[in-house]
Amino acid sequence: MWEQIRSNQVRSVILLGLIAAILLAVGYFIGLIFFESAIGGLIIALVIWAIMSLVAYFQGDSILLGMAGARKVGPSDAPRLYNVVEEMKIASGLEKMPNVYVIDDPALNAFATGRDPTKASVAITTGLLQKLNRDELQGVIGHEISHIKNRDVLLMAITSVMLGTIVILAWYASRVLIFGGIAGGNRRSSSSSGGGGGAQVIILIVGLVLMILAPIMAQFIYYAISRKREYLADASSALYTRYPEGLASALEKIGASTHQLKKANQATAPMYIANPLNKEGRKLSDLTSTHPPISERIKILRAMAGGVSFTDYNSAYSQVHGRGGVLSKAAMGAVGAVGMRQASPSAPGEMALSEKAARSREVSDMMLKMDKYRIVDCPCGAKWKVPPGYTEDSIYCTRCGRTIKL
Amino acid sequence: MAWWIWIIIAVAAILVLWIIGAYNGLIGLRNIVKNAWAQIDVQLKRRYDLIPNLVETVKGYAKHEREVFENVTKARNMAQQASSAGAGERGKLEGELGMALGRLLAVAEAYPELKANQNFLALQEELTSTENKISFSRQFYNDSVLNLNNKIQMFPSNVIAGMFNFKLGEFFEVTVEAERQAPKVSFS
Repeated sequence: MWEQIRSNQVRSVILLGLIAAILLAVGYFIGLIFFESAIGGLIIALVIWAIMSLVAYFQGDSILLGMAGARKVGPSDAPRLYNVVEEMKIASGLEKMPNVYVIDDPALNAFATGRDPTKASVAITTGLLQKLNRDELQGVIGHEISHIKNRDVLLMAITSVMLGTIVILAWYASRVLIFGGIAGGNRRSSSSSGGGGGAQVIILIVGLVLMILAPIMAQFIYYAISRKREYLADASSALYTRYPEGLASALEKIGASTHQLKKANQATAPMYIANPLNKEGRKLSDLTSTHPPISERIKILRAMAGGVSFTDYNSAYSQVHGRGGVLSKAAMGAVGAVGMRQASPSAPGEMALSEKAARSREVSDMMLKMDKYRIVDCPCGAKWKVPPGYTEDSIYCTRCGRTIKL
Repeated sequence: MAWWIWIIIAVAAILVLWIIGAYNGLIGLRNIVKNAWAQIDVQLKRRYDLIPNLVETVKGYAKHEREVFENVTKARNMAQQASSAGAGERGKLEGELGMALGRLLAVAEAYPELKANQNFLALQEELTSTENKISFSRQFYNDSVLNLNNKIQMFPSNVIAGMFNFKLGEFFEVTVEAERQAPKVSFS
């Protein structure tokens, strides 16, 4: 199965293995503490995991869509949305058209689900659908389709089921240990021979520490996998649409929105295009977030001047971060140099507005020029007005994160 | 048996496995290219089907633009007749059709009543999307052809490609310069 996952990263699989190891360790210690044999605990852990996996595999997408309150739409209900999904399906080379769902919610978000590319769904909130123009919608849908195409949905489902199993096991085991542990421990130590007491205590302590730490560690790994896949999905969306600015400006709108999605929770968070649980004003630390910061994702997309291939995304990432890349070599090898396309013509209303803005901008630029300001163009499209008293030899573009030499 | 016989057998086995893998990989890529080509076809047919409807709708409001209607219809019929031709020839005719369509929609601009017509708006959305689908399927087709051609030409898979006579795929290029610059139809 794994070789089918195009451009899947080795790191994601290693992290997945780590979560599995934590799950087994938890099972092992539960066995040692409660049954005095590791096998029993391992079996319990595996049975719970297997049951949850089966449910997730066969019912996962309908549970997820049900929880989100999504309703299915056809080509006649939402022609533009349906068409854009079909466009992205074609661009990505997906074999089958995914089901299209709409969530009645003013919040701005979208997600993808489905266990494999032939049985997938894309859902989007009505708020987002109203706010985006065609190019932006394409960017967002491209991001979601690439979650399906790259099999992120499956990977995240497997990971979240393991995480869930660890949380459940650790929760019950630690409660039993803390509240019933003293009594149970006394009974057991009195029944066993005196020599085993020391080892028993060590196992008990190690087990207790593990029960407390395991869910936290598993969660961190889960977040790390999720963040990686978000970058890959952004890069794929830019490649499919040939137009990274579409997704960038969609993300800008999503980031500026203050609505919170009503029906989202920890388990479903990684599948959304932006973290639905992110509270306004609260800066999430890097380790405990399912998504990279929106501002950073926008900067990377806008720093992709000239090309939209994975290689371009990777160099844009290292430019914004000042260090290494984010995508694997195997992922980048697929397509060589790929050019960008022009923006689609906008709807009548927007056109008039942008024309007005352009005119007033022109006038103000002229006034500034008369005041001896220097106008510097950034490759991302931004124009910087440098006052005459500025002495440094370069400026920092806040739109794409480049440093521009003067 | 001597140890070196085992080594020879092992090397031969690896070689055979590799040949099978490389051959299957090439077949897979070629099927993707074929499939992508069929996908372009589907979208181009959709465009042929939309055009008579569009012409009828616009005609109702803009009776005096006969030349434009005739051009579109002619370009459509020519493109449809050439639908069994190779990628190069088709690209040219489809490019001309795209241009003629662009002119028709430019004409529609001058008729505000037409632009308020629900039927026309629905057709417009369909046409925009079909144009996008054509260019996305072309994009995917060209990407697939690039992948196939790379495999056919690069070492070591080129050895297998030569042995089983794999042919290079043909890119779908749009030859009309104007079409390349403005592939999208403006409705504003």
